Amino acid sequence: MGATATTETKVWGGGNEPMGASYGKMMMWFFIVSDALTFSGFLAAYGFSRFKFIETWPLPDEVFTHFPFMHGVTAPMYYVALMTFILIFSSVTMVLAVDAGHQMKQRKVAVYMLLTIFGGLIFVGSQAWEWKNFIKGEYGAIETKGGSLLQFVNDKGERVKLEEFVVQLPEERDVLKRSNGTWFLQESSTPTTFSVSEVQTAFKVHPELRVRTERIFQDTDADRKDARLEKGLNKKKHKEVLTRDASQKMMDNAFVVVEGANLYRNEYGSKLFADFFFFITGFHGFHVFSGVVINIIIFFNVLLGTYEKRRSYEMVEKVGLYWHFVDLVWVFVFTFFYLV
Amino acid sequence: MAHDAHDNSANIKRIWSVFAYMSVITIVEVAFGITKPDFLHSNTFLGMNLLNWIFIILTIVKAYYIVWAFMHMEHEKASLRWSVVSSVVFLVLYLVFILLVEGDYIYGVFANSTIKWNF
Repeated sequence: MGATATTETKVWGGGNEPMGASYGKMMMWFFIVSDALTFSGFLAAYGFSRFKFIETWPLPDEVFTHFPFMHGVTAPMYYVALMTFILIFSSVTMVLAVDAGHQMKQRKVAVYMLLTIFGGLIFVGSQAWEWKNFIKGEYGAIETKGGSLLQFVNDKGERVKLEEFVVQLPEERDVLKRSNGTWFLQESSTPTTFSVSEVQTAFKVHPELRVRTERIFQDTDADRKDARLEKGLNKKKHKEVLTRDASQKMMDNAFVVVEGANLYRNEYGSKLFADFFFFITGFHGFHVFSGVVINIIIFFNVLLGTYEKRRSYEMVEKVGLYWHFVDLVWVFVFTFFYLV
Repeated sequence: MAHDAHDNSANIKRIWSVFAYMSVITIVEVAFGITKPDFLHSNTFLGMNLLNWIFIILTIVKAYYIVWAFMHMEHEKASLRWSVVSSVVFLVLYLVFILLVEGDYIYGVFANSTIKWNF
């Protein structure tokens, strides 16, 4: 801070730090403001699409139900809560590193930076595992000609996986090869485990099966009078379950089998849901990854004594700002993707 | 601010207490997210159910702690603080307002008119 800054004109007159922050820190704040607006744009676009399809949007606690080493157990939210803790804790070690930097304790800064790097790596790894489960899927679904998605439940309303009732039939399928189509068009011999006709046949011979649509049951008078809905299986704010007859009618319009998620369709519901999931958590994961890389660079600089020679650990403070920002974004992603 | 920036033990104490607050908030959020108490989930205020209000308010509290304590916003000059925070808050509220109102309008078009699915 300039010692001569006594009047208002001199504060902003140059050769000074009017906001009490150095040039580098100031620019980091500029970057954070612009990046915050980028992420707000993505999340607001997610909100736009969700409001547009408010009646049919997937319910997040039915989508993210996996936890490591607990196979087959439905554990909504626990895993993502753990990821949140890991990221918050790596923010804590980062702010401890900044604090140690203020006291010029080189060794302490290095230890805390290393812990922060580990936290970041664990988080990115966890996100990769989350993506793997999301892409692989669990239950499978059918998309109709009209573009709506059908999932399967039994007569108690419990979800049923395709592999639990569909059997592979000895049927031939024309495979599109590069030699008999346009040169860039080809496909694998089995795009999905089961074909549409296999699922339709299996559905006919399993009378206990019902179709669960994308629509969310709101328990209004019109909903209760709707003859297409199975009595007793529909709960408020859960997806609607159709009667056997209505289910069969929907199944006649089956168009394609959906297993897991990709950028075109996903077994969870609205096509946009997976697109936004991949894009927003991917963009955030990319930020975490770059944060880890930057932290590693600064960590080696700390070890080499660069900031000891400079007599200032302000660089640690600047990467700290970026790292906390990544944590800040995750707090919002967590709320809008997993809770709301 | 009030306490001396060089007083190290006070800084450390602040960091750990903020970590404790944020952990408690996250645990509360997850507990509500899993149990979804019916009186919160089915009662709405200004078009949004009470559970979502709680989630969003707790998220803003967490964001406040990250920016104020971890990013040291509480020790910055008021001019820096408000030039960063007020511009982001204003622009985000504006954007969210426009997009959500528009999304709701398009939902109404799909629900009430003859157009069903053209984009």
